[in-house]
Amino acid sequence: MVERRLIYALLLFVVCAVAFLTVNARGNWEFVLWFRGTKLLGISLVAIAIAVSTVLFQTLTKNRILTPSLMGFDALYALLQTALVFFLGGLGFAQLAPQVSFFTSFFFMMLASLALFGTLLGQSQQARGEDMHRLLLTGIIFGVLFRSVTSFFQRLIDPNDFVVAATSSMASFNSINGDLLLVSSVIMALGLIAAWYLRFDLDVLALGRDAAINLGINYKQRVYVTLVIIASLVSVSTALVGPVAFFGLLVSNLTYHLFPTHRHAILLPAASLLSACVLIGGQTILEQLLNFSTPLSVIVEFLGGVTFLLLILKGRSR
Amino acid sequence: MIDIRSVSHALHGQTILSDISVQLPKGKVTALVGPNGAGKSTLLSLIARLQPLQKGTIEVDGLDVTQTPSKQLAKTLAILTQSNQLASRLTVADLVAFGRFPHHQGRPTVEDNKLVDEAIESLELTSIRHRFIDEISGGQRQKAFVAMAYAQDTDYLLLDEPLNNLDMKSARTLMQRLGSLSAQSSKTIVVVLHEINYAALYADWIVGLKDGRLVANGETKYFLTNETIEQVFDMQADIHDVGEHRFVMHYR
Repeated sequence: MVERRLIYALLLFVVCAVAFLTVNARGNWEFVLWFRGTKLLGISLVAIAIAVSTVLFQTLTKNRILTPSLMGFDALYALLQTALVFFLGGLGFAQLAPQVSFFTSFFFMMLASLALFGTLLGQSQQARGEDMHRLLLTGIIFGVLFRSVTSFFQRLIDPNDFVVAATSSMASFNSINGDLLLVSSVIMALGLIAAWYLRFDLDVLALGRDAAINLGINYKQRVYVTLVIIASLVSVSTALVGPVAFFGLLVSNLTYHLFPTHRHAILLPAASLLSACVLIGGQTILEQLLNFSTPLSVIVEFLGGVTFLLLILKGRSR
Repeated sequence: MIDIRSVSHALHGQTILSDISVQLPKGKVTALVGPNGAGKSTLLSLIARLQPLQKGTIEVDGLDVTQTPSKQLAKTLAILTQSNQLASRLTVADLVAFGRFPHHQGRPTVEDNKLVDEAIESLELTSIRHRFIDEISGGQRQKAFVAMAYAQDTDYLLLDEPLNNLDMKSARTLMQRLGSLSAQSSKTIVVVLHEINYAALYADWIVGLKDGRLVANGETKYFLTNETIEQVFDMQADIHDVGEHRFVMHYR
């Protein structure tokens, strides 16, 4: 049953992708396909990265309303961008090669996530079950810290630079940088292969620590590997389009609803396909039918935020 | 045999277990009894490597639990813990099927599916096998988790208060099943019990803990005396012989 739904999702993805490439296309086909194709690839990468990282994160935390952005990733991104503007000046930042900006973001985000895991895994697991909560608390506190430092920086820079910083720390699905696609594709591919390799272990991890150990899973090591995968996926998507807080939540819960299964062999591809459909379909409608009147990220975040509230009100947070 | 040698355990500076040395016989049902907070669950979770061992050694069937790969241990011993929370929405059958994971690592064979069906049947869960775990009663859920441990089909089975939430009939059926598992398939079963009379009837061996110390340890008929009961539980109770069994009249 769920396998068949996966095929439908794949068909829907193909329809969305074809529509994205061809609707309202005029003039030189070679140019149009190349231009839109790059954009399609970029949006798909981001969609899959967000979907997979959110599902993995929710499996680890046994909670369906938490997302990696809760670990303070979006805040860190904004801080990094603002800090770059602060140290380089608005002009210098604008002249920076995109790869440099990307790798700076990626590097610091990996570093920060490893530091978070350090606090999680460095301490011996004396009290059982507390580790994940410590990680989340650390994430929330770091998030507040990053935001405060960001606003401190923003107070120091001049208004022109502030505009540059504000734009670059806002999510935009429309300004994905084509130069970064190759690098991020490689990082993403590695992360996805690792996640796919772990798919059966992830099913067991969702049962909780004790049950996983009882079934012979090397719990600590598996959690660590999964967290590294999450960190790299989140880094890629944030560096490509900026922080997206609620989109992962929207997609993961849509997936759980449409694919009622515990098997990550289904959940991971399903979440990826649905995520790509929402972003690509949404972008096509906005770009071609509504003429860019509203940025997609605003709509997606609005829907995601509503989902978040509904989930809390329904009490299915667990 | 489960060989526990000078095991001590402390949490936040508080002693949970102090210097426990005991051997639990192979192929028998051993009951672990004692007042609340005696350290029974901690001892069980240390045997099942759910917590890191701080002091001492524990060997299950000759395998050191801190040295042996977790994968191998998962085929030797299974544990049913007290608190079982799930994140995924699973049906009873899905949950029980996880018991076979150590044997197939995610790719179940026909044989695995047969054993899962067998476990579901033997705990009388067939009628609710497609219901979701979060939609059934506490007792049914408890049975589903027992079935999962049963499906794991290990030589050693540790159960932490398996009779929680079970009605009289289910409790009796479960204890009978544990008894026949050890008698017929010579499995070693360690079970934490609060109702001493279940231990009196179904256990071959009883271990009594109190305040993290081993206070009594012996064959069931030698364990059930006024002195031992008072030593372990700090209460007096008459002991009656009914047929060939001993009962502890602890209700009044």
